[in-house]
Amino acid sequence: MAICEGKTFKFSNASISAWASVAGKIEGEGPYGDEFDEVLDDNKNDMDTWEQAEAQLQQKALQHAMDKAKLCPEKMDLVFAGDLLNQCTGSSYGLKDYYIPFLGVYGACSTFAECLLLSACMVNAGYVDNCSAVTSSHFSSAERQFRFPLNYGGVRTPTAQWTATASGAAILNSAPKPPYIRSATVGKIQDMGITDLNNMGAAMAGAAYDTISRHFKHTGTHPESYDAVITGDLGQVGSDMLYELFERDHVDLKQHHKDCGLLIYDRERQDVHAGGSGCGCSASMMCAHFLGRVQSGELKRILYVATGALMSPTIVQQGGSIPGIAHAVEISYD
Amino acid sequence: MNISNQEYGELAKRHSPPSAMYKTIPLAFAIGGGICVIGEAILNMFQYLGLEPDEAGMWTSMLLIFMSALLTGLKLYDRIAQHAGAGTLVPITGFANSVVSPALDFKSEGFVLGLGAKMFVIAGPVIVYGISASVVYGIIYYITTLF
Repeated sequence: MAICEGKTFKFSNASISAWASVAGKIEGEGPYGDEFDEVLDDNKNDMDTWEQAEAQLQQKALQHAMDKAKLCPEKMDLVFAGDLLNQCTGSSYGLKDYYIPFLGVYGACSTFAECLLLSACMVNAGYVDNCSAVTSSHFSSAERQFRFPLNYGGVRTPTAQWTATASGAAILNSAPKPPYIRSATVGKIQDMGITDLNNMGAAMAGAAYDTISRHFKHTGTHPESYDAVITGDLGQVGSDMLYELFERDHVDLKQHHKDCGLLIYDRERQDVHAGGSGCGCSASMMCAHFLGRVQSGELKRILYVATGALMSPTIVQQGGSIPGIAHAVEISYD
Repeated sequence: MNISNQEYGELAKRHSPPSAMYKTIPLAFAIGGGICVIGEAILNMFQYLGLEPDEAGMWTSMLLIFMSALLTGLKLYDRIAQHAGAGTLVPITGFANSVVSPALDFKSEGFVLGLGAKMFVIAGPVIVYGISASVVYGIIYYITTLF
């Protein structure tokens, strides 16, 4: 049976006009702490619940981005947003007061790339002028939903990752100013049979390999064509697996690869095991660090590949495996 | 994908580091043992104060449970547990932590559907199978007394 190759979308008319990031306390103490637009002193941010605190992250991130773009909510035509919580409540409750036409998106930790590529499609097609992509994750709300109570004395395994308390927001339009979104490849669901809840990197590495390989093939590029191939949150385990998957094809990815999950924390100093994760992890790292460097030309061309583990605790308890997905977005200075 | 799930599973296994057992096991022994030493000291203290051994044992358990609940509330128990592993999980203090931590966490969903309903989400299976095992043991014990 022939396997569907998918298409790589090309964009001629989509650029990111403004972006902003908000991060929690531990992320603020990490190596990129001073690059975030706002760092919370208290991860609950004076809210009653962790879920409300996560909603606030998105509200703040989009507000900072709109302030930078000098746009009011009335000028925003559309927002794509997502998070990890059931019913994507971080997005819907965080953004409800803006009254911007809203499309909720779920792609686990790959959501920010998914929102970016959907926004680029809308802007490039001319359906909207200003379109925003927003995602968030919060350590405490994610732990409560997916794992154990916060103060439970369970021990995390070395392969476990730390859900980042962070949010990123980007506003896209068709203005001829970098950073431009030049192309995007939609990921396929890859179920590699991984069943370990504490090894998300392994669940996602296969999907990252598939999407990146197809993107290279469709665009005629290779790792050297990019200043960096930036994956979302593969962590140490997933990154090592990705290198080996490419080595099988005689491609050296390691020299050109960065992983937001490995960057956001100092793993020597901060007890985060295999690295960071969550849809706020790569969103905040892109908005705090990478997009600005593409705008200035310090980075000419990057491939952002956000990775997601489409994990359901219910299915895993029933003995099912954890499928992964990854979407690639090429961001360029020219 | 040009790799089978079985091959991929082996790849994942090769790149997944195991726990550093040379470090975790001695730490679990030291901290878990430390909790037991504290328990023993409390037990001796109660007996010294004139309680019968049975009563002293009951008060010791209660005091350890209280201390664990307090440390959980102060957000210290899970920090100790990050280093202690099974050392803080196995003693009675671990059981107390597993009841108090969801009670604290799910208070935000109300006292009935949150705290009340979720309090035993971790300890529940231990209670269910612990009581079931004791019933089975009781029946076996009863049968042996018939002869």
